[in-house]
Parts: sequence; C-alpha cells; structure tokens
Amino acid sequence: MIKLTSIRTLAALALAGGVVLGGAATADEEAELVINGELTLVTKTAAPDHLKDTLDTIYSGWIFRENDTQAMQTDDFDNPGMVFVDLGMDAWNKVEGTENKSCASCHNDPAESMKGVRATYPKWNEAAGELRTIEGQVNHCRTKNMGAEAYKYVSGDMANMVAMIAVQSRGLPMNVAIDGPAKAAWELGKEIYYTRTGVLDLSCASCHEENYDKYIRADHLSQGQTNGFPAYRLKDARLHQVHDRFWGCIRDVRGEPYDRGSPEFTALELYVASRGNGLSVEGASVRN
Amino acid sequence: MELNRRETLALGLGAAAVMALPVRFAAAATGEEMIAAFTGGAAVTEGGVTVTAPEIAENGNTVPVAVSSEGAVAIMVLAMGNPTPGVATFTFGEGAGAHAASTRIRLAGTQDVVAIAKMADGSFARGAATVKVTIGGCGG
Amino acid sequence: MADGVKPRVKAPATAKAGEAVVLKTLISHVMESGQRKNKDGSLIPRSIINRFTCEFNGTMVVDVEMHPAISTNPYFEFEAVIPATGELKFTWYDDDGSVYNDAKTVTVA
Repeated sequence: MIKLTSIRTLAALALAGGVVLGGAATADEEAELVINGELTLVTKTAAPDHLKDTLDTIYSGWIFRENDTQAMQTDDFDNPGMVFVDLGMDAWNKVEGTENKSCASCHNDPAESMKGVRATYPKWNEAAGELRTIEGQVNHCRTKNMGAEAYKYVSGDMANMVAMIAVQSRGLPMNVAIDGPAKAAWELGKEIYYTRTGVLDLSCASCHEENYDKYIRADHLSQGQTNGFPAYRLKDARLHQVHDRFWGCIRDVRGEPYDRGSPEFTALELYVASRGNGLSVEGASVRN
Repeated sequence: MELNRRETLALGLGAAAVMALPVRFAAAATGEEMIAAFTGGAAVTEGGVTVTAPEIAENGNTVPVAVSSEGAVAIMVLAMGNPTPGVATFTFGEGAGAHAASTRIRLAGTQDVVAIAKMADGSFARGAATVKVTIGGCGG
Repeated sequence: MADGVKPRVKAPATAKAGEAVVLKTLISHVMESGQRKNKDGSLIPRSIINRFTCEFNGTMVVDVEMHPAISTNPYFEFEAVIPATGELKFTWYDDDGSVYNDAKTVTVA
C-alpha cells in the first residue's frame, strides 16, 4: 500500500473544505507508460523476493513525476534524452584507437548484441574477477580491445553510450543476479543502502524506503529505483548516470560520497538495481 | 523646470537615440517595452490567444509551453518575471498548418507567461498563463 | 561548429495532399543563457541558438526568433501544410555563426 500522506490526500481534504490546491498536474499513480503508442512498460509490480518483508509493491520513478514530465517520455521525439542516444549511436560507429576499430567492428548491430545488457548489469565478470557496471565494461573494451582512451566514468560521452545501450533493453524486466559470485558485493551494497551518513544523518532507506511518495519540500520522493537510468533530468537538461546520482544524493545529505566508478558505488548499484528487479528498463527516461 | 536650448536638444537627441535602438540591444528591456516594440504602441485586446502551461512546474529549467491563436501571423512569448523577459517570437508562413507552436522554456520563478499575437489585419491580441515554479527539496 | 550539436526531427514520411502534419524538432545545444557564473564569479557569456526556421519546398512554415529563455536542447512542435511531395528544411542559427541543418522528404501518395 502506498502511504498516502501525499499531497493528493491533502488536496482531497482541501477540496472538501472548499479550497482548491494547485493540484491540477500532480502525479498520476495509476498512469500507464506506453512508448510511441506501442511499447507498454511495467512501472509498477510486486516487490522481488529479497524485498518482500519490506515492500509489497515497487514503482518506477516515472510514477512520481508530474503529468507533463510523464508525457515527455511517451514519445521518442518528445524525449530529449533520445538525441543523446543518437549521439551514443554515432560514437558506437566511430573508429577510434590504435586497433582501428569501432564498437560496431566487434558488436555489429547493438539492437542484437546489446539486448539484455542493461537489464542484467551490474554483473559479475568471471574473467576479470570483479563486478562490472556497463560503464566499466565500456571502458574495458575501449582500452583493451580498441586501444582507445577510456571515457571519464561520469561524462557526456559515457552517458550517451550507456543510454544507447540501455535503449536496446527497453521493455525488458530488470533482472540482476544477486547470488553466486555477486553475493558479497550485493551484501555490501545492501549495507551501504541502510547506513545513515552525512551531517543530515540519512540513509538511502530514510527517504526512498521509509518516506517514498511523500514530499521533501517540493520534491516528490520516489523509491529511488534505477530502471530508468540514464535519466534525462529536466532540472539541468542532461542525462544522469547512476553513480552521478548516488554522488549527488550523498552530497545532499552532507556526507562524503564514494568516487564515481568505485567498488562501493558499484556494489550499491547492484543492490539498488536488485530492488527494482521486475520493473521495465526504460532506456533514457525523463525525470525532474 | 526651465530648460535652455542646449539641454532641450540633448534631451531630444537622447530620446531619439533610445527609440532608434532595436529592442534586442536595449540591455534590460522590460516585458512591457518589448510588447510596445512588437505592437508599435497599438491597442492589444484580451482573448483569442491561448497559452497552455502547467499550473505547477516541477522545475523551472524545462517548462513545456504551447501558444496558439487562430489567424495569427506572429506570436511573441514573454516570461514577465525573468531577468530578460524575451522567450520567442513565432512568425508563421504560408506553409504553416496551424497558428500554434509548443516549446520548452526556462522560468526563473513563479510568474506569468504572456503571448501577444499579431493578426493578419494588423491588430493585436493577448493571452497569458500563470505558472507556479517550485523549488526542489533534495533533488540536488 | 560546436561539438555534439545534433538535430533530431520527427516528420511523417507520407501525407495526403493539403494535409497539415505535426512536426517535432529537437537539437542538442547547451543554450548558455549568459546568466550563469563561473567558479570565480565571472559571467559565462551568452551562446545560444537564436533562430530556427522551417520551410517546405521553399515556402516558409515557421520562423522563430529565440531568446535565452528557451531551454537547453531546444524543442519545437508545430504544423506544416503538405500540398505535394517535397522537402522540409530545418535550419538552426547559432550565436557563434554556425548553422545547423536537417531535412525530411514527405511524399504525397
């Protein structure tokens, strides 16, 4: 059950009292997300097993946004993130590095070769003996296979590439593995998620588990899911990667963020992704 | 106060200089000044111009706004509360399928978004919408 | 030509003669307003796309004079009349003198 201590209840009470709150464009929690009139995305589903004791239902961040913001994601020509997916596609085809290759040289059409990647990453890489994010894998390929320079972990170039890769899994349910060799990292991620930090002494759970759907000043708190990343945020009109958001959140509670690309953030990304297992990958989503 | 000939000339020249400046270069032209420049001082009637914008904008950086006015040759859009009120002026040509357009704009705070339409017969009409712009909480 | 400035246009491939079609245009551009400040407090100079035009077979559809209040990655949605098969031309003019183009052919069956 969503805790309905939200503005909608207040609005209903206010209306009853004859006062109209400016609620004409509040989030519609029952709305369906259909892309380009054909692809229906799952934005609300039963919580995965490992979370069933804590949450009944998981929701995509899309649910918590105003109607206008929600609408922007429904058409690939309204969605500003998609022009950056185009730029990612250009980069995919660009020959770079000492080996004179592009991503396409080995991976051909990303619609085939990258399908399922966004849905299953972060993922344990057996050969490397480590948990890999998409960013980590992109840079591994660039440096080892293309002989090209790594992208800065959080950068426009990297965001464009990750967004393009994410779109190839759009509509697939998030499905990251939390057992086997990834288990230790998952446990670390879970510990970070529930640990209070910073001057404001808040954990991820403080807002995104205990108070989602409530307002913190004028922000409508979501469950902090990552199925929509990279997210095009309207507030600064650019794509945001997961580690960038983690970094920002921890800075906002006046804590000391881990580095973008660090093992801690990678572990946290796995844990947070697993909280969204079942929600559809949204490709480049539109958020506030 | 009494002006001597020199002062009167200087005043006149000064005024002429300001009038000759295209509005674009007047460093801080107010919304009203821009409307006056667009209409040439002609009367502006209320109505016939629709401005569609959210009642509450989740953020002020990317606010979707649509303007339409049947029969308009051009529509000037202003954000009356921005440091510089100019937003866009849409001029419709013969190939236009409708005298309407949508875009996304930056609003510095809660304010009126005003649209002035120039009609084919040279008359002007006005429409507006008030947009409340919220400040985020922890959005970062 | 600024780096990473890419247009993205939605136009129908076909139309009926005389039909009014909806066009959506986006271009990736920072639209530096001239209001922001550097870390040292100095103003970052304005650098925006100041004009956008669309024409069909040489006939003007819309001509937009743009100001810094247009959001980053400027977006326009508007309608064009398609009297016969022809080409839609989209042009964006940058403060720095660059001109960006895109074109879409619309076929009247």
